[in-house]
Amino acid sequence: MEGREVYLDNSATTKVCKAALEAAVLGMEKEYGNAASLHKKGWEAQKLLDAAKKGFARLLGCEEQELYFTSGATESNNLSILGGVVGAKRRGRRVVTTTMEHASVLACMEELEAQGYEVVRIGPKEDGGFDPADFYSAVDENTVLVSCMMVNNETGLLFPVEEIGRAVKRKNPQVLFHVDAVQGFMKLPLSLKRSAIDLLSASGHKIFAPKGIGLLFIRKGVRIKPLFFGGGQQNGIRVGTENVPLASAFYAAAEELAKNRKEHYALYEMLKSRLLERVGEIPEVSVNSKDSCVPYIVNLSVAKIRSEIMLHYLEQFGIYVSSGSACSKGAKSHVLAAFGYPAERIDTALRVSFSPETTIDDIDYFAEKLKEGSTSLMKMK
Amino acid sequence: MKQEVIMIKLGEIALKGLNRKTFEDTLVKNIKWRLRGVGKFAVTRAQSTMYIEPKEDDIDFDEAADHLSNVFGIAAFTRALVTEKKLEAIKADAVEYMRDVLPYAKTFKVTAKRADKSFPLTSPQIQQELGGTLLDAYPHLKVDVHNPEVTVTIEIRDFGAYIHGKQIPGAGGMPVGSSGKAMVLISGGIDSPVAAYMMAKRGLILHAVHFVSPPYTSDRARQKVEDLCEIVSRYAGRIYFHCVPFTKIQEAIKTHCPEEFFTIIMRRLMMEIAIRISEENDLKALITGESLAQVASQTIGAIAATDDVCTMPVFRPLIGMDKNEIIEIARKIGTFETSILPFEDCCTVFTPKHPKTRPAVEQVRAAQAAFDFAPLVEEAVRETEVKTIAAL
Repeated sequence: MEGREVYLDNSATTKVCKAALEAAVLGMEKEYGNAASLHKKGWEAQKLLDAAKKGFARLLGCEEQELYFTSGATESNNLSILGGVVGAKRRGRRVVTTTMEHASVLACMEELEAQGYEVVRIGPKEDGGFDPADFYSAVDENTVLVSCMMVNNETGLLFPVEEIGRAVKRKNPQVLFHVDAVQGFMKLPLSLKRSAIDLLSASGHKIFAPKGIGLLFIRKGVRIKPLFFGGGQQNGIRVGTENVPLASAFYAAAEELAKNRKEHYALYEMLKSRLLERVGEIPEVSVNSKDSCVPYIVNLSVAKIRSEIMLHYLEQFGIYVSSGSACSKGAKSHVLAAFGYPAERIDTALRVSFSPETTIDDIDYFAEKLKEGSTSLMKMK
Repeated sequence: MKQEVIMIKLGEIALKGLNRKTFEDTLVKNIKWRLRGVGKFAVTRAQSTMYIEPKEDDIDFDEAADHLSNVFGIAAFTRALVTEKKLEAIKADAVEYMRDVLPYAKTFKVTAKRADKSFPLTSPQIQQELGGTLLDAYPHLKVDVHNPEVTVTIEIRDFGAYIHGKQIPGAGGMPVGSSGKAMVLISGGIDSPVAAYMMAKRGLILHAVHFVSPPYTSDRARQKVEDLCEIVSRYAGRIYFHCVPFTKIQEAIKTHCPEEFFTIIMRRLMMEIAIRISEENDLKALITGESLAQVASQTIGAIAATDDVCTMPVFRPLIGMDKNEIIEIARKIGTFETSILPFEDCCTVFTPKHPKTRPAVEQVRAAQAAFDFAPLVEEAVRETEVKTIAAL
């Protein structure tokens, strides 16, 4: 079929939805004022911003004063981890995280190590899952922060974040518990009201809002040292002129997803089972995602065909998937390595991720082309 | 009258005999082309110097100097101010013109050259007069005639007096176009852009041939090579870029030929295609970035097996260089950062585990004869895309 486009890389980024686009245009064309200005134009912009924060607070079960807009999840993660340990530096110099985090968390941890912090990295059990008990043991009275992702971006592995958070707090209630929620945000149920989570990062462009906007939840009473200094916006925690159009678009997209979350989830489960069924017919394919993974991310390997080659092969037919994580072009996946897979399986891994617009037909088309490629492409030795 | 100009000292061309005029014409053309994005200039010649005068206001002279420093055939150049042939004007303008340099220097001297003998002062007199004026204007300076930090030069010529400061080294070499045209095989690695640069420096107009194997190689890999060509074109001028679809040939080699010869046969076929395209474009030589013994396909045996199919000279300017020497040039010309971007190219896609390092030519011929590549070569040449690449 000429010109067909099947975008199956929604964990890398997404197409901006209509509601988000309209909200952004409103904030750029009509309500373009500076939210800090005293005049009416500024006040109109402030109202859009307040509406977005209020809306998010309602969706997440928190206070609007606990929410901050950032430039994206990388910034939210940096602010949580680097700003969090400084705020708590008198309590200790040890942090705990996992072997499967996103680069923006891993790199913060390396930075902390360079500053003399002790970083403990917890890996998965043999079945690929994470055990809250491991976090309980890792935390001590010297530990200031624990950071753990909600859903792994490469494999879709779901982390038991609430259980981990409770285990951590039982051992040391002073510890800050940070969750990088990017790949689960608005796709999985989440309530911060009676949660153990102190800090939570989210990103707009993974949920059909534009790139360049992120969210950070900071529980009331948690002290964070800002990374930037300026005009005092957002309580001085995240200064800089508020990005009203994108914040507004971010909320519009989130609202849409929240409204249809259960339907979407059912769709993803159906798509995943269809995909597993179809690739099960291809002897060269092995599935890397485990049962404990979310249904909208599937990681699989095609024997002896390097990820990049299959990716470009599929691209000829308008099918877009990712090799490992899109953020780490060309680098070997540390996540699949943490799962204990051999090098060849890692080199040949592809990530397929769905959106609410993905159809059964798309899955069949993908599986058909994957099958063609797995036999027609030249194999590596 | 007061105007800034650039004075160019010619390199090797100045040593040429009867052909000198042709070389100079080529250089003038190249200079004008290289400066086309900066503004309009007139280029005039007198003895062994070329004068570049702006023909527009608001010309960015720093930009023009940067561009000129990449033009082959120029040994050195200086920026100069043209002023009236009157001592007072020269004095006043020299004080102003040297304001970028002299306040930061400790020692200086003045050199005068009087080409126009009708000027009332002799060279030593001009030196003395101007030296005194500059000392008055910049009292912290000391005169050092043996080893000055700054030399202020005054030339009294027919059309005016020229005040100039520091001489800037040029790119050297021969004007591009003075040696003919050749085809460089470019992969996207560190070596081939350096080889291209070095041969352009010897006066060759460059065509480049690049082989793509979608889906084994990506559009980004091709873009990377085009970017490299654009960087090289800052020195080499316009590059004619030929992009050859190579997937079918690679698949055929993989299917029909022994694995140990994969790379050698691939290179032989690349050479054949490069020669075919060269002949169509009247090019007289090939250029590769091979360095002896760097990899298995760059041993004497492998090069002999590759040259077996070559019917024109193959220039290998890097053959005797170490990798770090090549990298040094790549950094200097600005291709290194682009070369090391991690995209697959067609040379790395199917590297055999145990390539033959000492292949016998007869063995390679026999292995290649297992399949009739001619129709695929024909098709690849026919479907080659061409475009011109030129940095502004």
